[in-house]
Amino acid sequence: MNEKDDKEIYELLKRSITPVVDTELRRDLWPEMLKKLSQQPARVPWFDWALAAVLGALLIVFPGAIPALLYHL
Amino acid sequence: MELLQRFAAGDLDAFEVLFRQHQKEVYAWVVRIVRDRGIAEDLTVETFWRIYRARARFNPEGNFQGWARRIATNAALDYLRSARHETELPEDLPSRPEPDPAVRRETREQIRGAFRQLPAKYRLVATLALIEEEPYNKIAEATGLSAGLVKIRVFRAVRMLRKTLSSLAVPLGANK
Repeated sequence: MNEKDDKEIYELLKRSITPVVDTELRRDLWPEMLKKLSQQPARVPWFDWALAAVLGALLIVFPGAIPALLYHL
Repeated sequence: MELLQRFAAGDLDAFEVLFRQHQKEVYAWVVRIVRDRGIAEDLTVETFWRIYRARARFNPEGNFQGWARRIATNAALDYLRSARHETELPEDLPSRPEPDPAVRRETREQIRGAFRQLPAKYRLVATLALIEEEPYNKIAEATGLSAGLVKIRVFRAVRMLRKTLSSLAVPLGANK
């Protein structure tokens, strides 16, 4: 195993898998984008769910905090 | 308000303008990683979907093109991870030059097969660095790695390829 072997692998790779030349986009993808935007339901971020769970747990453990929470809402 | 500020604020018209401005370069970057037009189109849309969802985190003073390329690279990497064992390297995608006829077809197939077996993160950097000959700095920026780590991954990818080809008894020296 040496640098010469690595160079040989590199050369073989270059000769077996060639670079892509045609990278031109053939069509406008905006209609696809709009479709995806309209299909995706509004998702609640995981952080919001975690926050709600923590709040719910706190209210179960400390029910006396419910009036204070309602007051501050 | 500037275009990027409007986009960050959730303006769909601003997003459309940015989409139309950058879809070609995102596609061109992704197609060189996944080497399949249809998949690259899907991943371009997926990239902009991720961009749209993350708009609130985008700094309007920042570089949208670089940010988009990084998200596109992550989308392509996710694809390589998920499709590692199914994806072929298409023969019909126009490339330059034609594979060297001096390299025997069987050897070529073995090399392509060994390349396909590389873990996605190594295949990504090896494709960009060794096949597409992108500079290390550009790959580093697109992957969020340091240039040094990109070099290490390329080096390891070559080592893995050599190990696989040795186990297949590919006659490395006989193809020159």
